[in-house]
Amino acid sequence: MAQQREAAIVGIHEYPSRYAPDVSAIQIKATSIKAALDDAGLQWSDIDALYDAQDGEGGGGLGLSAYLGIKPTVIDTTQVGGSSYEFQAAHAMRDIAAGKANVAILSYGSKSATLRTPIGTGGATRSGSWSANMEAPYGSTLIANYAMVAHRHMHEYGTTSEQLAEISVATRYHAMRNPDAVQAMTDLQFVGVNEITVQDVMDSRVIADPLHLLECCMVSDGGGAIIIASKEVARNTKKKPVWLIGSGEATKYRENAGDITVSAGAQGAPIAFAEAGVNPDEIDSAMIYDSFSITVAVCLEDLGFCKKGEVGDYISGGRMKFDQHGGPALNTDGGGLSSNHPGMRGMFLLLESARQLRGESTSQVDGAKLAVAHGNGGLLGGDHTGGTIVLAAD
Amino acid sequence: MTKRPMPQFFEPDTQDFWDATKDEQLTYQQCNLCDEIVFTPRARCTSCGSDDLARKISKGEGTVYTYSVIRQNRNPAFADLGAYALAYIDLDEGFRMLSNVVGVENPLDDVRVGQRVRVIFEKQEEGEYLIPLFIPI
Repeated sequence: MAQQREAAIVGIHEYPSRYAPDVSAIQIKATSIKAALDDAGLQWSDIDALYDAQDGEGGGGLGLSAYLGIKPTVIDTTQVGGSSYEFQAAHAMRDIAAGKANVAILSYGSKSATLRTPIGTGGATRSGSWSANMEAPYGSTLIANYAMVAHRHMHEYGTTSEQLAEISVATRYHAMRNPDAVQAMTDLQFVGVNEITVQDVMDSRVIADPLHLLECCMVSDGGGAIIIASKEVARNTKKKPVWLIGSGEATKYRENAGDITVSAGAQGAPIAFAEAGVNPDEIDSAMIYDSFSITVAVCLEDLGFCKKGEVGDYISGGRMKFDQHGGPALNTDGGGLSSNHPGMRGMFLLLESARQLRGESTSQVDGAKLAVAHGNGGLLGGDHTGGTIVLAAD
Repeated sequence: MTKRPMPQFFEPDTQDFWDATKDEQLTYQQCNLCDEIVFTPRARCTSCGSDDLARKISKGEGTVYTYSVIRQNRNPAFADLGAYALAYIDLDEGFRMLSNVVGVENPLDDVRVGQRVRVIFEKQEEGEYLIPLFIPI
């Protein structure tokens, strides 16, 4: 299939604060939408398509329309956890290509730090549904789902904690170059706001064996917005468009005899790369949902950057840093591990991909032409979604 | 005696499973049309969509597929438990179940992938259902 360039990211905004006790989530969304429209040079009244993950107080397709005072004619309320924004971007691509929409907004606002939501290290399963009734008595925490993937990966492939720690090290390396990430770690009272080593990760306390504290995402406030527009609109926006050239969507869930070391990305990502007409080895920057180190490790394999089971060697030696060769630059904003994680990080994967392809990242890959954003929503090792978007510079 | 969070009802898919625990039976489903093993319990076969599912009693023996020793859980029911092992158990009949591996001195040293285990049923401080847990064979 020939590569199509029908829809592009033309406006972006990342809400800078990671601790915002004095605003509401829907205010974060509205503020970000206005800033992203300004970034694009578009008007409030230009919006004709609304994509919303039903986050924030009174959000959703109806609630956010009413709050903003807009009357979109495409309304998509896809909510599949942290990868919601990759799914929504995929749908916006389709809707724009079909001529149903011209200016689409995606937005996110969350108060997870203020509300002390236990994303990384806590979490109790509530019972009362067919699946929860089988889990609640066993004290599964959110992280435990990921930890069980890590153990199985180690068992089958000999992957080590030291290897997984390389993901935390590379991500922090990028975070220290991003002033917003440095401020975030300061505001959220990180023990050391500095670059870290593999040994630092190994020395941090184990939360759920084999995962250490420095392999867990932070819990922050935050949000952002993205404007996706048709190619006709993109001709006249303020900055160079960042084209959406491939998308893939998939689910994965617990199955009898299933392979827990394989994520939904293994099904969806090949569809995205095929649509884009590019191979993983052509990718300059990879924004991969780093809820935990193991999430990145598994998804790097499933996206085809290396073979299943070989990620331990692949990520060793700092290969994922923006100024190293031999692989894509990973999570160049600092990721969920070291920049922000208000709960649904998929928004930021697209934002940083756009910054890389505009040449605006604080850990800029020289001459970046192709990026991939891969969101993993729900629970790796449990029920989850994978959303892949391949992006290209103008 | 432990005070684990209990299943909540009305919940028609898992009611039979939990009722069977009162007789210390670990049950699963198998499709009468296509023989697919179905677990966790639900109304329709995950292979063919049939609702003709037979309930079967497992021998309760299996293998640890993977596990994690949890050090931190803010839920009061588990906060004081110390480190405990959460695991997926592959039962010999072909279904995978989330549970805990118990009955070991130190879960960090004594639980491993591939370990053979069998089910036990733990009575709770409150509630009529018994919780299926696994111990090394």
